[in-house]
Amino acid sequence: MAKRIEVEDLDVYYGSFQAVAGVSLVVEPRTVTAFIGPSGCGKSTVLRTLNRMHEVIPGAYAKGRVSLDGVDLYGPGVDPVAVRRLVGMVFQRPNPFPSMSIYDNVAAGLKLNGTRNKQELDETVERSLRGANLWNEVKDRLNRAGTSLSGGQQQRLCIARAIAVRPDVILMDEPCSALDPISTLAIEDLIGELKEQYTVVIVTHNMQQASRVSDRTAFFNLEAQGLPGRLIEINDTETIFSNPSLKATEDYITGRFG
Amino acid sequence: MSTSNLHFATIKHGGDRSFRAGAIAAAVVVVLLVLFVGVFLAVLAIPSLRRDTVSFLTSTQWNVGTGTLQFGIAGLLWTTAITSVVAMILAVPVAVGTALLVTQYVPPRVGSTIGFLIDLLAAVPSIIFGLWGLKLLGPFLGPFYDWLQRVLGWIPLFGKGVESTGNVLTASIVLAIMVLPIVSAMSRNVFAHTPRDHIEAALALGATRWEMIRTAVIPYGRSGVIAASMLGLGRALGETIAVMIILSQTTTEGINVSLFAGGETFASKIANNAQEFDSPAKTGAYIAAGLVLFVVTFAVNAVARVVAERRVS
Amino acid sequence: MSTTTGTLTSPRGGRRAVDLVVRVLVYVSALIAIAPLVWILVSIVAEGLPAILSASWWTQDLAGTTDRRAGGGALHAIIGTLEIGLVTAVVAVPVAVMGAIFLIEYARGTRWARLVSFTVDILSGIPSIVAALFVYTLLITLLGLGRSAVAASLALVLLMLPTVLRSTEEMLKLVPDSLREAAYALGLPKWKTVVQVVIPTAFSGIATGVILGLARVMGETAPLLILVAYARNLYLSPTTSNMGTLPTMINSGRNVAETLPGYSRVWGAALTLILLVMGLNLLARGVARAGRLKDR
Repeated sequence: MAKRIEVEDLDVYYGSFQAVAGVSLVVEPRTVTAFIGPSGCGKSTVLRTLNRMHEVIPGAYAKGRVSLDGVDLYGPGVDPVAVRRLVGMVFQRPNPFPSMSIYDNVAAGLKLNGTRNKQELDETVERSLRGANLWNEVKDRLNRAGTSLSGGQQQRLCIARAIAVRPDVILMDEPCSALDPISTLAIEDLIGELKEQYTVVIVTHNMQQASRVSDRTAFFNLEAQGLPGRLIEINDTETIFSNPSLKATEDYITGRFG
Repeated sequence: MSTSNLHFATIKHGGDRSFRAGAIAAAVVVVLLVLFVGVFLAVLAIPSLRRDTVSFLTSTQWNVGTGTLQFGIAGLLWTTAITSVVAMILAVPVAVGTALLVTQYVPPRVGSTIGFLIDLLAAVPSIIFGLWGLKLLGPFLGPFYDWLQRVLGWIPLFGKGVESTGNVLTASIVLAIMVLPIVSAMSRNVFAHTPRDHIEAALALGATRWEMIRTAVIPYGRSGVIAASMLGLGRALGETIAVMIILSQTTTEGINVSLFAGGETFASKIANNAQEFDSPAKTGAYIAAGLVLFVVTFAVNAVARVVAERRVS
Repeated sequence: MSTTTGTLTSPRGGRRAVDLVVRVLVYVSALIAIAPLVWILVSIVAEGLPAILSASWWTQDLAGTTDRRAGGGALHAIIGTLEIGLVTAVVAVPVAVMGAIFLIEYARGTRWARLVSFTVDILSGIPSIVAALFVYTLLITLLGLGRSAVAASLALVLLMLPTVLRSTEEMLKLVPDSLREAAYALGLPKWKTVVQVVIPTAFSGIATGVILGLARVMGETAPLLILVAYARNLYLSPTTSNMGTLPTMINSGRNVAETLPGYSRVWGAALTLILLVMGLNLLARGVARAGRLKDR
């Protein structure tokens, strides 16, 4: 189920503004890849093109090729809705549906896509909550509102919601930036477990986090404000952090940059 | 569990397409409704206007029962304008006063309670205001009207009118109470959003509460109050049943400028004669009156919108 | 106001006096604003209570009763008001909600949204009597149909539509985009995102708007005067040309002499109408509060 992502020569535009230029990279199955770089360098934008979420923003479009196990996500006849069922996403701020209980939040993807089988739903909810390390904390109050949980629990609920639909890839857009250190640790542990089954791509501002959770790291940068962001370097995380091949990467990682 | 190939294109978007079509259809219905109101009224008014033997705009006659049509709106226009304008003169200061009290003088809890009570006034149906004006307010104000007429009777505005208390002034007072919650609620809203630093800057200069209001709150909220007043005016111009119940109809032709006169507004004229729409020509005369009312309220509301939007930008 | 230290005295007499005068004026204006409400409510309860306390008020119509005879009730008018209100809501609410969805979910920021928004403003400014005349010209003059309760409902739709559309629009605006994104990221098509995530999140606010809109149209009189004849008997069919309602019951009895039994029935109808409308307003507040509590 985990799948290999290939990005070739990707350009992304917001209307007439080019946000990202010429990005090519490969993400292997069952690995964690971290996108790092300064604000505005396009790392979140690239992440969103991996499940076509950038199309939600009016005027945004991408050129180039993004493929999942060789199938072009932007090919003719490809439905963005279908892409997003295979490539799930977790956002910066926890965003459980306020009108739904914990149970319904996790079951949302299946239920809203037509699954009505109670037993299947129950199993999926338990499996997903266990998968998100949240089961023991909420198993006695599955009918409480999802928004009644703490911020860290809400974020794990959102991860459970994302894995409930059995995606091939999970994208995480700064999933810990709104959380306290203890909740952050819980999520980082979880990311380590998720990669046993899924391909994970995570955007983070926190370099320690990137070095802790990821197998590979991609460094994005932009030459100046108003110019498009570019992929500067991608390599094994250890190499990037210990022995980067480019000076810009080293400057950024050692804090001499921005 | 894992699929050997990716079925990207299998999901049908029929639901999406028809839902979007439904949303667009609803929007089209709204636009067409407004368009139709104007067009239909105009189309059905024009034949009667053609057969009108007196001037539609300047005549005060209204004889539509017999063969020849004689109808003019001058009298209706006057009564509609005077009741609404007097209503606004009475309502706006009170509405602004309560809005200032609620936002600048009392603690938020007390303020929201007062606000709630005034909003409740907006929930009272028109017919109840009419009944109250006819049976209670008018008779209560009768002695005051007599006194006013004795003292100020030499001014045409306070000259001789109808015998009953169902006069322009009673109608105006009731209209004032009816539009008060609209003007008050919008004024409250703009005053409450006065930038904190404007207020603090004024207070730091040693201004009293009133001086602070005059230098910070009122300049900031002025155009909002004007927009609110225009919306209230639009409401007063079109109010039907309360005015119809309160105002005594008069048989004399010509315009009596006294506040103690009776008369009919556009809306009350139409409602009073609703049961007599038997021939198209006759109905057309009332539709013509309705069309004028539509155009006038449209203009007033458009001005309100322009004022309100200028405020935002 | 006054302080003991010499340097910190309150402003000079003149400024202080003006401040005090304004303070008195704003308090007086609030009294002026609230006094009519109290007067109206107290007098209607006092005059109308005897009528509505009799059991027959809620169980009988006025068939066979005249203004000179006591007895009978307002059942015909209560049912008529509820029925016309419900038919109005059934037509108006779906169009209003879909219109709001168009504005927020499909056309946000486009010039189509501005056009529709502008016409909604115009629609909300249309006097009820003009809405009634429009339905009259459409259904009766042009299509040759007779007066009916449904015709009255259609005129009321014009009044309810903009209120509900605006309030729904405001509520949809409050739903954070992050929830829409979360739904899209689960692979939900747009319409399911709207129906299953956005609308439920905004539900209590939308319901509040619908209830307030309903309260408003149930108190309207002008369209009923023009489009449906008042009946003293209970009629249930929406296509009937005669149907009693509370506002027209008040209107038809407004000139009954004070000494006759019919007079107290007018006030009874007024009290019943106030109870209905205020009850709906309180219900709306309750629904809004329940929605806020759930969000916590």
